[in-house]
Amino acid sequence: MIAAGPVIPNFGQGSSCVTGDNLFCWDWVRQHWSDTLQPALVEHIELTAIAVVIGSTLAFGLALLAHRRRRTEQPISIVAALVYTIPSVALFQILVPITGYSNATLEIPLVAYTLVILFPNFVAGFNAAPPEVLEAARGMGLTRNQTFTRVELPLALPAMIGGLRIAVVSTIAIATIAATISEKGLGYPIFYAIGLPTPFKTEIYSAGALAVGLALLCDGALVAVRRFVTPWSRAAAR
Amino acid sequence: MTTAAEIVFDGVTKRYEGRDGAAIADLSLTIPAGTFCVLVGPSGGGKTTALKLVNKLIPFDEGDIRIDGRSIKELPAVELRRGIGYVIQQAGLFPHMTIGENIATVPRLLGWSKQRIGERTVELLDLVGLEQSDAKRYPTQLSGGQRQRVGLARALAADPPILLMDEPFGALDPITRARLQEEVRRLQREVVKTVIFVTHDIDEAITMGDRIAILREGGVLAQYDTPDAILAHPADEFVAQFIGEDRALRRLALRRLKDIELDPVPAERPTVEAAGSTTVRNAVSLLIESGADRLVVVGDKGVDLGVLTLAHAAGLLR
Repeated sequence: MIAAGPVIPNFGQGSSCVTGDNLFCWDWVRQHWSDTLQPALVEHIELTAIAVVIGSTLAFGLALLAHRRRRTEQPISIVAALVYTIPSVALFQILVPITGYSNATLEIPLVAYTLVILFPNFVAGFNAAPPEVLEAARGMGLTRNQTFTRVELPLALPAMIGGLRIAVVSTIAIATIAATISEKGLGYPIFYAIGLPTPFKTEIYSAGALAVGLALLCDGALVAVRRFVTPWSRAAAR
Repeated sequence: MTTAAEIVFDGVTKRYEGRDGAAIADLSLTIPAGTFCVLVGPSGGGKTTALKLVNKLIPFDEGDIRIDGRSIKELPAVELRRGIGYVIQQAGLFPHMTIGENIATVPRLLGWSKQRIGERTVELLDLVGLEQSDAKRYPTQLSGGQRQRVGLARALAADPPILLMDEPFGALDPITRARLQEEVRRLQREVVKTVIFVTHDIDEAITMGDRIAILREGGVLAQYDTPDAILAHPADEFVAQFIGEDRALRRLALRRLKDIELDPVPAERPTVEAAGSTTVRNAVSLLIESGADRLVVVGDKGVDLGVLTLAHAAGLLR
């Protein structure tokens, strides 16, 4: 691996805090925000966003299939569960000989893990409409597609967003492992700083804190989205 | 306003796969337009099945069902259902839609304009006894009785000639149930629909129905007639047992004092009084309780309408 981005704590140039390897040095964070932390954060958001978007799309399609043809649900669940048993560190390495050091190598495991989380949540969501509600929909003359888009899909939103929350947070965490085979994301400064002869605490903590902060922010945003798109669940709580 | 439609079951048979015997066996039944017809019977009698055959929620094997002379086999299911109001036990309201949106379901499917839907919603909320402000609320914010009122308004939204009601009051408490029974009857006279109403409760059947179809196990029609005729002349032992041994009293419950012929009020006015709206059954109960043999019936404006004796009440059943 080539150390291009993160700055080696230079004992000649660093502040006394950095050279003394104190617990946390704000001056290092300020100094290396634009050349180390910010690019890593942006890459991390990209890694996560691409994985979640692709994962959601695939999960939606597969869940729709499982919803329409109940027999397909179990096989899909089993395959998904098997994928989840592979440790993420291993899965990234396994793909290197196949897809090389490309973005695909990073995204395939991330997508796979989101899929495993999202698929059962989406299926549960699609099946959330009570039987009498579906019966009423049919009896009133809604077609199958209308029943899905007007009734089943909106009623699936709470479970779907619940799944997305877990998927987003776990993808943000797993994406740090991508640094074992690339220089992308918030994992890279962490692994880099750990790999130094004397692990550099400030870099580890600041990148780690950014990952945690990003996860909390996304989770909060999804909670807000849920409240906005399911006004009826707020009415019930009154 | 759409008029009611005649519904004819013509030798309809329905068998479920893997089950012995038919669910509905050679059912023939003519429900004249504007009739409130109650399907009643023990569980396993196929009354809900019979109801669901009409809007094609369940397909049948033999025979035919015709609405105003037209076989439902000729109509696409979706189109047929949009022209038939459907009310079910738990109301089945869409929990994610407001009451207004729930009511607008079929009109929207039919492509009504926003303005027309809005006007119709106002009208329907009024008709079923809900507040206009309820339109913005969600089903979870309503009581069971209110939810069923919404279910009724939703079924009536596009003014269908037929209303199918599958044990609509089964989940309600007795007081709410009685109130809704009365209101649905009033409403049916007001909007004139052909109604098929399923219940397992013979009391409800007698209260609600212009006609009652009693189905026995295996979906066989045991008797189809007016409540009074069924109570007076049960077709067989099964029907007699199903309607109960107090059928004489039940028949008296179908009559109100103001609607029957009364004896003239004698010079010596009886001390026991009953209002004209009292049922003969309750008047008889009053007589037994008071120990008197006659009572005077008082009309709405406090005018004596006449006198009822126990012998006279008994004579009504002849």
